[in-house]
Amino acid sequence: MRAENERPVYMDHAATTPVRPEVFAAMVPYFSRFFGNPSSLYTFARESREAVEEARGRVAAAIGAEPAEIYFTAGGTESDNWAIKGASAAHRRGGGHIITSSVEHHAVLHTCQHLERQGFSVTYLPVDGYGRVDPGAVADAITDRTCLISVMSANNEIGTVQPVAELGKIAREHAIPFHTDAVQAIGSVPVDVDVMNVDLLSLSAHKFYGPKGIGALYIRNGTEIENLIHGGAQERKMRAGTENLPGIIGLGKAIELAAADIEGYTRRIGGMRDRLLAGILDAVPDVALNGHPEMRLANNLNISFRYVEGEAILLLLDAHGICVSTGSACSSGSGEMSHVLTAIGLAPEMARGAVRLTLGDANTDDDIDYVLDVLPRVIERLRSISPLAPPCGDREGT
Amino acid sequence: MYNELVMDHMLNPRNVGELADADGAGEARSASCGDVMKLYLAIDDGVITDVRFQTYGCGAAIASSSIATELIRGKTLDEAWYLSTHDVVNALGGLPEAKEHCSVLAEDAIRAAINDYLARNGLPARETAAGTCSDCCRHDDGSCPGPEKR
Repeated sequence: MRAENERPVYMDHAATTPVRPEVFAAMVPYFSRFFGNPSSLYTFARESREAVEEARGRVAAAIGAEPAEIYFTAGGTESDNWAIKGASAAHRRGGGHIITSSVEHHAVLHTCQHLERQGFSVTYLPVDGYGRVDPGAVADAITDRTCLISVMSANNEIGTVQPVAELGKIAREHAIPFHTDAVQAIGSVPVDVDVMNVDLLSLSAHKFYGPKGIGALYIRNGTEIENLIHGGAQERKMRAGTENLPGIIGLGKAIELAAADIEGYTRRIGGMRDRLLAGILDAVPDVALNGHPEMRLANNLNISFRYVEGEAILLLLDAHGICVSTGSACSSGSGEMSHVLTAIGLAPEMARGAVRLTLGDANTDDDIDYVLDVLPRVIERLRSISPLAPPCGDREGT
Repeated sequence: MYNELVMDHMLNPRNVGELADADGAGEARSASCGDVMKLYLAIDDGVITDVRFQTYGCGAAIASSSIATELIRGKTLDEAWYLSTHDVVNALGGLPEAKEHCSVLAEDAIRAAINDYLARNGLPARETAAGTCSDCCRHDDGSCPGPEKR
């Protein structure tokens, strides 16, 4: 057994990932050596300009798009904001109606809520117990005022993969632009804009071993969209602001690596994930897996531990050098629970005991052994403090 | 997010468990976030001689419960009754503002346990006076709008 605090056991790859060494190496020349502004006309800036276009080509190739359909942004949140605000404004028909799901990331949900205050109406589709949107419900929700449909490719909390291709087909039949937030999906599931029938797709480099602060929005040729960021003529006059040159290079390299090894990555990470899940189910009674057993991201576990609270689990695991995140936050004082866990119908006591473990390149088989050693003891300890837990011997499975 | 003392009480909570022959026991629930605390008191001649607790809740709730048991051990019932959430937060060296509400649980549980003791001994229950803010920790200067206004 490795010594505690030797290094953190990082199991929060859905929050962010470490930059791969090859990605970092590719970025380095573009900080101080080829630092030219890609928009400058002199020869020195040509290297910067060409590198940006090469990266654009890599992003396009990774998702089956044309380079001219890729626009660099500051990340997933900006891409979501741009797609939803920009497409809604451009396609607005008599007030405008947007269809999205109740389990979207806040970058989508809060943007939609903002548009509601601007006079748009929004349908937040319910999901089933696994977090899946019913394509039939999308079809039923469409009105003659619907100007955008936005459903994520895969959920950030419970990892549920949505039937995006089916949803896109429905949108296309009604000639309504379709956006998907693919921030969690890139590198974990095959992403092809034509197969998925999407017109707009958001992605973010730091979720697949690229740098933070850089992302992209795919905009299918012919899709009407208004600008979000106004200013200079960068990104073919669509997104103003001097290009994040090293970030763009990093994004290009990271997505190339991620797209090239989806099968190997999911087998490797999924294998560790499955062993971790089996070990937890074996060692800890009164637990439940949240999300779909199969239609989920290979790196994602979201588990509810009855009788204990997620933040307390997080803190005790942290004391053992294990990084996870919770499904709930009582930090607001309003007892605010995860909107995703609420949407899948989880009882409050189960939602409050939810912990998300997301695996990735930072993990080894030793990490799985370590977590399987520590986690059951942490849960047992918290249950020994909890007035809700039955005495040890009375519990199911003990 | 939490200071070292809070983390110490979170990771090594004091006085955890039940008292089989408690003289008074009380339970408090947070309507806002679902936290639950049970408190058990051994009382001798008006003085709290022993105390145990069980808490379901976040780190702040567990740490507040733990330090509250330390604060009331050896105190008279009167002193324990007037232990405020403010005292609990201060003893912990502060909590993040968003987490201060988690410490209310301890005050409520102490009062419930004391009233249980009084009831067992045929004595009238004490009442939480308006403005003492048993369901809120931000207004211990007497400006509490009362639970119904929260």
